[in-house]
Amino acid sequence: MSSAREDILDAVRRAAGREPLDSPASAALDARIITPVRHLRPAFDEDLTVRFIRKLESRSGTVARVADRAQIPAVVETFRSAHGLAPRAAVGAGLKDLDWPADWTIHYNRAGIEETLSVTPAFAGIAETGTLMLLASPDSPTTHNFVPDNQVVVLETARILRHFEDAWAALRERTGGMPRAVNLVSGPSRTADIEQTIQLGAHGPRRLHVVLVD
Amino acid sequence: MDIRSHEFQPRAVAALRDTSLQQALDKARDGFVAKRAVQVAELSEFEALREAAKTLKDHVLDHLDHYLERYEAAVVAAGGHVHWARDDAEARRIILDICRRVDARTVTKGKSMVSEEIGLNTALIDAGLTLVETDLGEYIIQLAGEAPSHIIAPAVHKTREQVSDLFEQAHGGPRLTEIADLVDAARLALRERYFQADVGITGGNFLIAETGSSLIVTNEGNGDLTQTLARVHIVTAGIERVVPTLDDATLFLRLLARSATGQETETYTTLSTGPKRAADLDGPEEYHVILVDNGRSRMLAGPFREMLRCIRCGACMNHCPVYGAIGGHAYGWVYPGPMGSVLTPLIKGLNAAYDLPNACTLNGRCASVCPVKIPLPDLLRRLRHEQFKQSITPRRKRRALAVWHLLATRPKLYHALERLAARALAAIGARAGRIRRLPGARGWTDGRDLPAPSGRTFLERWQAERGQS
Repeated sequence: MSSAREDILDAVRRAAGREPLDSPASAALDARIITPVRHLRPAFDEDLTVRFIRKLESRSGTVARVADRAQIPAVVETFRSAHGLAPRAAVGAGLKDLDWPADWTIHYNRAGIEETLSVTPAFAGIAETGTLMLLASPDSPTTHNFVPDNQVVVLETARILRHFEDAWAALRERTGGMPRAVNLVSGPSRTADIEQTIQLGAHGPRRLHVVLVD
Repeated sequence: MDIRSHEFQPRAVAALRDTSLQQALDKARDGFVAKRAVQVAELSEFEALREAAKTLKDHVLDHLDHYLERYEAAVVAAGGHVHWARDDAEARRIILDICRRVDARTVTKGKSMVSEEIGLNTALIDAGLTLVETDLGEYIIQLAGEAPSHIIAPAVHKTREQVSDLFEQAHGGPRLTEIADLVDAARLALRERYFQADVGITGGNFLIAETGSSLIVTNEGNGDLTQTLARVHIVTAGIERVVPTLDDATLFLRLLARSATGQETETYTTLSTGPKRAADLDGPEEYHVILVDNGRSRMLAGPFREMLRCIRCGACMNHCPVYGAIGGHAYGWVYPGPMGSVLTPLIKGLNAAYDLPNACTLNGRCASVCPVKIPLPDLLRRLRHEQFKQSITPRRKRRALAVWHLLATRPKLYHALERLAARALAAIGARAGRIRRLPGARGWTDGRDLPAPSGRTFLERWQAERGQS
């Protein structure tokens, strides 16, 4: 008995009325994978940072801007106390060098079920839709993006790119290949599954706060 | 899921009389349409993107074997496993084998229409596994013991009151009535489940040959919790879901969110590539993809090939007057509305779903909003033709069509009868201006009044008015 794989591929080829592709045809398609076709992208004139903030805020994200990295803990503290959260957080190891308040309980591990706040570095921002791009790594565990009720994401303003395609290009240039998970996050978690009424905090964070570092 | 499409007519009639369903449909109908319209108006490139997406999908379908092989190689290179399933039974068997091998007890599931198509839930439960649907809509209908009635809003047929009742039964009191409280209750109930899960199953909106990634879009984040916290992540996807590159996926993403939920983007777009890496602090230990054929390669060979461009946005059902009147359950299987009326007969057989291609007015709204330009009314008409050719069309209808043919090819006779009918109907409805009951046309008058004609045919008026000018 032939394998399911062969049966399916054979059926697909029969449908196309041909044998497996010869090597020139196959090479042409591989070239199309290596050098992606450039598709039409939504045009806009707006400043990238202005647009990123406007789009993210339109989906209930909040944004704070700081002049340098050293100010990040203070912004997180303001956010934490404004929402009455306990002084503890899961912090991405990429932010270990910052001067976190001594009276906080901080860890650099994955987010556990009781986690209320995470602080995580983003790889890039996408101005087109006000979207954050977070890459899974020991410095930025995926659970930080989904488990806690509150997430603060740190993004360098210079890392705000125009379109999704620019973010893919940046990803391809990076060493180490494709990360296990690439999370594109465009706001707090939401649902409209009950009577089409939008409600924040369905399963992921109910609050998403972005610290833009200029 | 067992198919009940042969009961379409009685179920449609029951749906029209179901007041809760009608309330729920009233709330949903305009929202989807209006939100999409706003997004489409804001993106001047939308029409050009539709055309580009159609062209791209056709390119992929022409070279599907090549892209599937490249995708498979990239998944394996990233440490993942690819399984091929010819049909639903084979897909179920593969998934159950994985569950047994890893000694799974709890399985969490993000939204996956392919998992519905292959009847996975019943198979998992029959095998003694605890299955937890994590999408809020799916969770609601799992509590209700029902199937999804919409491909992106599975509980769209439920009112808030019904959700309150279901949650009170499942979670205990007090009875919650605010939507915010209901969402919180589901969040709380599911939280531990994510952490307990041995296996997490999600769908795949796109499979990317360039990187070997599966891509899902969600708003809730449930799919991400499902696939990040379980020991094993299984992706179920149709073979037509592969795209060459990340840039190609982006072309579809720009159309998908706008067409589906009327958003510029969904909240979460996630690419998953293989299992947890050596230094990673989280992520699944195993990553599997089940590539499901289940009739797709057969579709690829024939006149219904264009249906394989479908990206499962649901815009066709949101704009369908028939779906809007009866909801999704009447269609009797996994895929409702216009796309379901094409897919169901093609996957389950023309005989099993006779009514579906006929439950359409051919008004064309679905085709006008389809982001990948599938000519749905043409495909439905072609299915009717196939039914007729294969003598599946009932004898009464075949006779009626024969009579129609006789008249339509004899214009003089046709116009004479038409004049007679116009005058007779005008006389019957003269007093009320409408006809409440008409013998022989109960199919129409049971559900609504027939407007009384003026007494003259269109042709008579045309000739008279042209004569005057």
